[in-house]
Amino acid sequence: MKRFIIPAVLLGGLIALLGAGLGLDPRHVPSPLIGKPVPEFNLPTLLGEQAPVTEQELLGEAYLFNAWASWCPSCYQEHPLLMQLAARGVKIVGLNVEDEREAAIDVLTRTGNPYAVVLVDSDGRSRIDWGIVATPETFVIDTKGVIRYKHVGPLTLNDWQQTLEPLMAEIANEAGA
Amino acid sequence: MIIEFGHFAVLLAFVISILGATLPLWGAHRQDLRLMAVAVPAVHAQFVLVLIGFIALTTAFLQNDFSVQYVADNSNTALPWFFRIAAVWGAHEGSLLLWSLILCGWMLAVSCFSKSLPVVLKTRVLALLSWVSLGFLSFLLFTSNPFERLIPAALEGRDLNPLLQDFALIIHPPMLYMGYVGFSVAWAFAVAALMGGSLDSTWARWSRPWTTVAWLFLTIGIALGSWWAYYELGWGGWWFWDPVENASFMPWLMGTALIHSLAVTEKRATFKNWTVLLAIFTFSLSLLGTFLVRSGVLVSVHAFATDPERGAWILVMLTIFVGFGLFLYAWRAPYITSVGRFHWLSREALLLVNNVLLVVAALTVLTGTLYPIALDWLNQGKISVGPPYFNAVFIPLMLPLMLAMGFGVASRWKRDSIDLPKRLAKAALLATVLGLLVSQLAVHQKGVLVSVAIWLSVWVMVTAIREPLTRIIHKRSVIGGLKSMPLHLHGMVLAHFGLAVTAMGIAFTSVDSVHADEVIKRGESTTLGGYQFEFMAIEDVSGPNYKANRASIRVTTTDGEAVTWLYPEERVYLVQKSPMTEAGIDAGFFRDVYVSVGEPLGNDSWSFRIQVKPLVRWIWLGAIFMALGGFLAVVDPRYRKARVAGAPA
Repeated sequence: MKRFIIPAVLLGGLIALLGAGLGLDPRHVPSPLIGKPVPEFNLPTLLGEQAPVTEQELLGEAYLFNAWASWCPSCYQEHPLLMQLAARGVKIVGLNVEDEREAAIDVLTRTGNPYAVVLVDSDGRSRIDWGIVATPETFVIDTKGVIRYKHVGPLTLNDWQQTLEPLMAEIANEAGA
Repeated sequence: MIIEFGHFAVLLAFVISILGATLPLWGAHRQDLRLMAVAVPAVHAQFVLVLIGFIALTTAFLQNDFSVQYVADNSNTALPWFFRIAAVWGAHEGSLLLWSLILCGWMLAVSCFSKSLPVVLKTRVLALLSWVSLGFLSFLLFTSNPFERLIPAALEGRDLNPLLQDFALIIHPPMLYMGYVGFSVAWAFAVAALMGGSLDSTWARWSRPWTTVAWLFLTIGIALGSWWAYYELGWGGWWFWDPVENASFMPWLMGTALIHSLAVTEKRATFKNWTVLLAIFTFSLSLLGTFLVRSGVLVSVHAFATDPERGAWILVMLTIFVGFGLFLYAWRAPYITSVGRFHWLSREALLLVNNVLLVVAALTVLTGTLYPIALDWLNQGKISVGPPYFNAVFIPLMLPLMLAMGFGVASRWKRDSIDLPKRLAKAALLATVLGLLVSQLAVHQKGVLVSVAIWLSVWVMVTAIREPLTRIIHKRSVIGGLKSMPLHLHGMVLAHFGLAVTAMGIAFTSVDSVHADEVIKRGESTTLGGYQFEFMAIEDVSGPNYKANRASIRVTTTDGEAVTWLYPEERVYLVQKSPMTEAGIDAGFFRDVYVSVGEPLGNDSWSFRIQVKPLVRWIWLGAIFMALGGFLAVVDPRYRKARVAGAPA
């Protein structure tokens, strides 16, 4: 009997390992920025004649920080959700990454603007500071300006309900306490 | 319509594979010849039907039929026609179709060239292969259907991944699949023999040529992949120990062990258990490779679209095929007797050393490849295992292997006398003189490891050509001497020589390459490795589906002697917007000069990566020799003679 057991156990172990591997996402690398204050920036805004905005000015209120561009199809995918969130009073700060100004404004006029303010990162320097690999990426920032969560790829309603919304509620509690 | 026709043909092939997998096995069990007779026509029908499916998909690509999802995802009207054909296997779904087609081709070949095989064994082999075919066809149809329609149709396709728009990548996957799939034949022979309970040398004799053919294609496939990575990825590396590369390398190592072990089993009727186990392992590693590449459990430079559901499917197949093979093995192995006895100093013993080292090497690569999954599973964080690990564990295994190779080719079966080292004394002396000469003259970076590697490469070369050389001297004629050697022996000599050529190339490229990342202003120049590189011009050019910046670099020696002009490009493919480097390479037998152009840095300056790599071509040249060696071994007339002699009257 022994000669059946050892290879069976080894094969079983290998298959269990591979099966477990299927459930893991090797691309899900937690951002090293989580738990750290947002990187410093001083960026011009896309709309209006507002003066450049720094990270200091955004303190005091929790917000979503969403990197997007007009050339990014996945950003169109999450756009309706962002509109809904904005309508519900969620503050969203946009980072328009390596885009053409006219194209970006055109998108927002045609499809609506969910952002409280849109920062312009025309040369991608701020993008690198934030560790943004590809658009869209969405960060949750708490009232003290600390990054709490990072979401890669288009945001879905499910992501919002499962992860981001509870986190926002938690942040609101902390601030209230 | 054509695409539905193809889809239907593949569905039909799936149904027939069920029949071909079950009825003949039952027939073989009940000794019912009528049921067993299903095996051959089932194989023929599967081949024809899958071929129809493949042609249908190819037609859709050639006609730019963007109402087919897979075509719309991987082609474009601006794509040249030959890349449109290659795009058929440019992504997951189509690769699987090609995979199934190649498997059916192997089955067809087995059914055609095995006329004289005992009918029960042949039936079992074909039925087992039908099981594999059933597995892959159901995988194709239920999880990765390339025939799916896109409604409404797209106006334009998303284009083939630019990395894949390249000659080597047109033929790399088919070669690799020929190898992967070919090992299923070795597996089927081993399992069929286990089912029959008789593991005689006939079984080894029959599966030997199939295994060698699979191995030689895998060799070519791996070499092509390495060559492609070298000139297309733009960093000048030729092997990255990337999971996808390892996926093809593990079956190669195990298959190499299998080829040698089969030789022992055929000639000496010994090592039987071991050979059967190796056949099962080799195919397991092929399936494991498929799993790693297709399931997305590991991150790789080869960005395939991946999907856990597909991974689960392959895992089930892996469990069934490997589990069944191992179960039969555990059940039958104790009753298999290996008759041959051998002395510790004999060809058998040396081949055992070869086998152990190759298997350990394959397991080492396996460990390094799976380790990140295990750590992640245990929540110990994300890591990637890279070249430092693999080089540290792999090279020390290859060096003794090469030492043993030299003794192995010169040794005798069963029992060799103590004068084996004496016979090789001259060869060792010659290797030492040549090795010292080479490392003194050519290598700039000296070190113990590289000297050992060079000595061993020369040693393998010298011992490999010792046999033909002896015969030439004996016959006093080159042609007469070479003719007196059977073809399979030529094959062995060539393959061993090829391995040494590859090893030499690796040793030189690893220690003696120089590279520099330079910012060069137009009109200025830089020097590296005895060459001067002058950045003359940069211009915009456009290809059928891309735009590019093409730099013109004049290469001269430092003394001002003209060498060549290189034109590295930085391409942007219009549909996928992805930038690609196209390196400018001056290929040579003794060295490659390699320039790739990077980003413009303003002020008329551009970044360049410049490399001079000695003997880098030898790496792939050696692989060509190895594959040719395998070819010579297979076409040896002894197989044909055996067939005539062994044919039932």
